[in-house]
Amino acid sequence: MILVYADHDRGELDPLALQVVSAARGLDADVHALIVGPNAEKCVDDLASAGVRTVHHGTNAAIDDYTPRANANAVITVMDRLEPRAVLAAGTPRGSEVLAHVASIKDLPLVTECSEIALTGSGTAEVTRARWGGNLLERSEVSADVLLATVQAHAFAVSEDAGDAQVEAFEVPVTDADLEVSIVERTGAAETGVGLAEAKVVISGGRGMDGPEAFGMLEELADILGGAVGCSRVVTAAGWRPHAEQVGQTGTKVAPDLYIAFGISGATQHIAGCKSAKTLIAVNTDGQAPIMTHADYAVVDNLHTLLPVLIEKARAAQGA
Amino acid sequence: MDICVCIKRYPSLGSAIMLTDDGMAIDTDKLGFTLSPHEECAVEAAVQLKEEHGGTVTLISMGPEGVEEQIREQFAIGADRAIWIRSDSTDIDPQAAAKAIGDAIEADETAFDLILLGSESADNANAQTGVRLAHRLGRPVATAIKGMTIADGVATCERAVGTMREVYRVRLPAVVTVKDGLNIPRYPSVPGRIKARKKPIDEVTGDLDAPSIQLMGLTAPIRESKGAQDLGAGDEAADALVDVMKQIGVLS
Ligand SMILES: Cc1cc2nc3c(=O)[nH]c(=O)nc-3n(C[C@H](O)[C@H](O)[C@H](O)COP(=O)(O)OP(=O)(O)OC[C@H]3O[C@@H](n4cnc5c(N)ncnc54)[C@H](O)[C@@H]3O)c2cc1C
Ligand SMILES: Nc1ncnc2c1ncn2[C@@H]1O[C@H](COP(=O)(O)O)[C@@H](O)[C@H]1O
Repeated sequence: MILVYADHDRGELDPLALQVVSAARGLDADVHALIVGPNAEKCVDDLASAGVRTVHHGTNAAIDDYTPRANANAVITVMDRLEPRAVLAAGTPRGSEVLAHVASIKDLPLVTECSEIALTGSGTAEVTRARWGGNLLERSEVSADVLLATVQAHAFAVSEDAGDAQVEAFEVPVTDADLEVSIVERTGAAETGVGLAEAKVVISGGRGMDGPEAFGMLEELADILGGAVGCSRVVTAAGWRPHAEQVGQTGTKVAPDLYIAFGISGATQHIAGCKSAKTLIAVNTDGQAPIMTHADYAVVDNLHTLLPVLIEKARAAQGA
Repeated sequence: MDICVCIKRYPSLGSAIMLTDDGMAIDTDKLGFTLSPHEECAVEAAVQLKEEHGGTVTLISMGPEGVEEQIREQFAIGADRAIWIRSDSTDIDPQAAAKAIGDAIEADETAFDLILLGSESADNANAQTGVRLAHRLGRPVATAIKGMTIADGVATCERAVGTMREVYRVRLPAVVTVKDGLNIPRYPSVPGRIKARKKPIDEVTGDLDAPSIQLMGLTAPIRESKGAQDLGAGDEAADALVDVMKQIGVLS
């Protein structure tokens, strides 16, 4: 049996949970899911449609919102009772956090960001996982009676298998210390750049922008194309743009139809965030810049003189 | 307030990753070394808290000869002292690393009010050292934090999730793992660099448990050049770009 920790936010299932179910079904047909807290029952139908036949629902009157250590206790309760061969979660901040608590309490190894998982024997597994933001792949062997692993986003396609799931409710054991850290409040993001991850078009600028002023032109172009503005870390580190707009390994990962990189050299850590773009255009004075090897189209020119002309022509084309 | 920040040394990757012949490590022969933005932000946060509340900033780094370079860089922006846990490599099993770091923290004279780490390491992204350390030391932990204020012995921590921020409150002494974007790390000043030379680094040896995750090999996916089509320059390029935009349907 494989157990999936399925995260949800106030009853809304994390869509990545269904990808995790699919990863689990690749290991064993018998996949159980665990949901914790009030409103979680809303997730049962979605989990059932992906092939989960048993959903464990942990509650406790003291848990009213996401509480990492209580969720870890819920995982451990099911683990101790049913002895799954593996416990999987999405590689999100919450998924990693809950499994890290489980791993710490049970003194088990935890492998993160897995794109392939194979159970090779009793107590051994082989995984392929992403390093350096996906620029490097690691193959490792893990020795543990229960494999704890987080699954890389979009590494497994959701598979459907309609049917019903039986819900088994249980009480999550908690102490005061377990309840100490939980969500106490939610606030709207105080930053712009929202929607970057979903944008169909991303217009990014790097050090070649020479300062915050020229970003006005990127905003104009993004407006015409219905896209969002992005940037490199050099730009956020200089305070030219907010961090929410940073694309890359320690920024946002984007997967637009079109990504244009103005004055960005193409360091691996930047490419980690934009390599899923369907079409990449590089505008750079240096025809040998590493970004060129990732580009579908290249313009070797000064961005400061190109942009005004491009904006004018794009606007004219749109009006026509 | 006494703060401890865990920093790790990473090779500065350029545009391509070269592996050693046995495929078990990155070939660092021609590479410089650096920190991760997450950890740079952690040090900056610690120095800002010291400026606001007083106290000390201690760095902990586990790795081989050479980590001193990254330690001195962070001394130059305001950290006071460091503990260097000597080990053969920085590629350490996360369970064993968290235990060795925990041992060093417990053995130290300072009872740290706050321990900061990156949310995940740049190379391994194990995303667990902070949580393991918190359990090891019996402290509460908040992870992947992008906003933090401290008042009355409580750290108010914000985590960015999509368009929202989740707020957690964590009573000190605590462990907090942070993300790039928490702040804008400052550049070292010349006087900062001069002071950095004299700040103390205590060397300790770490006791490493046998790893339960065994590396079998690394592969750097070969990036074949997409063979970019050259669209020229100037007006000609602008026209060509508009055509491409129309072709892929982002401009009607
Ligand atoms: C662990 C780690 C994580 C990181 N995470 C990220 C991340 O998430 N995102 C990120 O972006 N970086 C990240 N970095 C930093 C990364 O390594 C690079 O330093 C950064 O991406 C470089 O930014 P850049 O391309 O804007 O600047 P540069 O590398 O300086 O490149 C500037 C480019 O602009 C061109 N140019 C200059 N003037 C003009 C002009 N007038 N017209 C046209 N072109 C011009 C130049 O030819 C050059 O190619 C990370 C680094 C580390 C170590
Ligand atoms: N060898 C090390 N020395 C010091 N700190 C480390 C080391 N390894 C991990 N850390 C800290 O733990 C964080 C998370 O690492 P990881 O759990 O490997 O993703 C890093 O960002 C560092 O702050």
